[in-house]
Amino acid sequence: MNDVQKSKGVNDKNSPLFFSISFRVIFIINLISILLLYLTFTFDEVPPILNRGIQPATFPKGLLILIIFLSSIVYFLSLKNPWKLKKTLPKPFYITLISFIIFSLICNYLDFFLGIATLSAMIAYFWGERRILYIFIVSIIFPLIVFVFFETILGLRFPGGIITNLYYNF
Amino acid sequence: MENLSFMLAPLLSSKLILVLIFGTLFGLILGVLPGLGPTTGGALILPFTMSLDPLSAIVLLTAIYCAGTYGGAITAVLINTPGTPAAAATCLDGYPLAQKGEAGRALGMATVSSTIGGIFSVVILVFFAPLLAQLAYEFGQPEYFALAIFGLTMLASIGEGSPIKNLIAGAFGILISTVGKDFMTSIDRFTFGINEFSEGIGFIPVVVGLFAISEMLTQSTLLDQVFKRVALKAVKLPSILDYKKTWKTILRSSGIGSFIGILPAEGGTVASLIGYSEAKRWSKNPEEFGKGSVEGIAGAEAANNAATGGAMVPTLALGIPGSATTAVILTGLIIHGVRPGPDLFREQPDFLYGIFGSMLIANILFFIFGFFGAKIFARITLIPNKLLWPMIFAVSVCGIYSLSQSMLDVWIMIFFGVIGFFMRRYGFSVVPVIIGLILGELVEGTLRQSLVIFEGNWLLFLTRPIAITFFILSLIALIFPLIRKKKNEQFGFK
Repeated sequence: MNDVQKSKGVNDKNSPLFFSISFRVIFIINLISILLLYLTFTFDEVPPILNRGIQPATFPKGLLILIIFLSSIVYFLSLKNPWKLKKTLPKPFYITLISFIIFSLICNYLDFFLGIATLSAMIAYFWGERRILYIFIVSIIFPLIVFVFFETILGLRFPGGIITNLYYNF
Repeated sequence: MENLSFMLAPLLSSKLILVLIFGTLFGLILGVLPGLGPTTGGALILPFTMSLDPLSAIVLLTAIYCAGTYGGAITAVLINTPGTPAAAATCLDGYPLAQKGEAGRALGMATVSSTIGGIFSVVILVFFAPLLAQLAYEFGQPEYFALAIFGLTMLASIGEGSPIKNLIAGAFGILISTVGKDFMTSIDRFTFGINEFSEGIGFIPVVVGLFAISEMLTQSTLLDQVFKRVALKAVKLPSILDYKKTWKTILRSSGIGSFIGILPAEGGTVASLIGYSEAKRWSKNPEEFGKGSVEGIAGAEAANNAATGGAMVPTLALGIPGSATTAVILTGLIIHGVRPGPDLFREQPDFLYGIFGSMLIANILFFIFGFFGAKIFARITLIPNKLLWPMIFAVSVCGIYSLSQSMLDVWIMIFFGVIGFFMRRYGFSVVPVIIGLILGELVEGTLRQSLVIFEGNWLLFLTRPIAITFFILSLIALIFPLIRKKKNEQFGFK
């Protein structure tokens, strides 16, 4: 299932050392780990007299050091067997990511149901569906069924918004 | 004997029968759809199980597990794409046989061998899980710590992909479990000033994000994929000659699958590959493998379904998941307030044997549904992803929101979906993250409590024979990938 395979470098071998895929991935992992490691030094500490075993920060510190150590090994191994990226990410992937952002904005500022409907319509359309009826079914009818199911059978109350409030008032 | 009578309980409850039928049908649909499968499906249905009692919830999840594992074979045979990773080896002979116009025979063999493998593994589960639980009575905190480490290293080494990347993913999962108030001192860790994080990050949003949302993103990169479908008239039961040819293979693969399943790792996938390679090794006609051999189908399918019962052994007896799907089942047990382990066997035998009984029934049910309904289930593959995934997203979002009526859970789900996608893209399996998250509390809790017992002296771990055994096994597990690499080269697997 993974798009990345270790192979005798087709893609990565010609890249400058610091711009290879493995370098970028490991750099991001280590950067985040170092930031989190720094954060562990800001955790409160238990006074020695009350401390039983280890401090609360010790365990996460150990894990982060382990992650940095192991990812560095992965990087050095990748110098011998460079990673091969099968293909670049296609347009629908980025549109799906953007639809997540639009979904979160609509949910936060307008309406939860509208957010789901917009995302469903966007994905169906940009993934290739052109039949209006089918887009209508997946973006309006199906979410409505799910909504009513959760609302009536599971007794859930969804967050208010321009459409959801209409439904609740109705 | 009294305990065994509890196994019949699901047959006496119309509610459980309904749950079993629904779970089996749902599992088959999930198994048939490439990209979904029992793990993602189980994760998707977890929020809905909150409205069920614990036994019904776990019966539902186990039925999905058993039927979903088999369902992958239908797609493997008809469109040469494994519905689940565990059915990958089934493609090797299932599809060539279907191309010869014998799709019904291929599916018949897959159905029969899956059922036998599944039932065999439930028998193993019934006898071995209590024994393992009995052994676990000897365990103290240091032993549980060593066991959890063993579980994680096994997962790293036997699971898919690079062992070091799996270890990183496992450590990341444990790190997620440290978010929130420290259980011993109530000091906040990684809460970033968000109050909801004080309680920690919930399992279900992470599980659904890593499996379902990341898969949705993966599918968005595969829209140009075209499946060639082989026509299916009807599923045929194997002939006497086929049975004569395959009975030894089915039994051998059932044993292999059950054993691999018991090891904490990615049960079904590894089991089917080993089951297949052993079938080839012992076959009188190894040259037929890859060209439509029924032995190849039987070897792979008996093994992957046998791994289901096997993987439930450590899950129920020790609380260490034996596979990705059992990690989801374990999450289901935890959110319903059931703590797996030896005490469960002593205090709630009716609950436990009810699960065993339902797994047995689920195996029989998927045989019936698979035999008579494979043609209908095969049609499900015709649902295009452009319509399927928006619907899955709607269900996921509503399901996750319903957990604690908090939008934060929805954002966590999407966040981990994106992380999961990039992890998979760059060769990091997401399964160790889930298992790390589930075992995180156990690993840290037992380590810290052990250090309290040992008064801070780490060397005292070496005075505990069971703990030392697990540490040695962990070391062996780390060396195992080198042995596996040689073995794979020998059988031509990549």
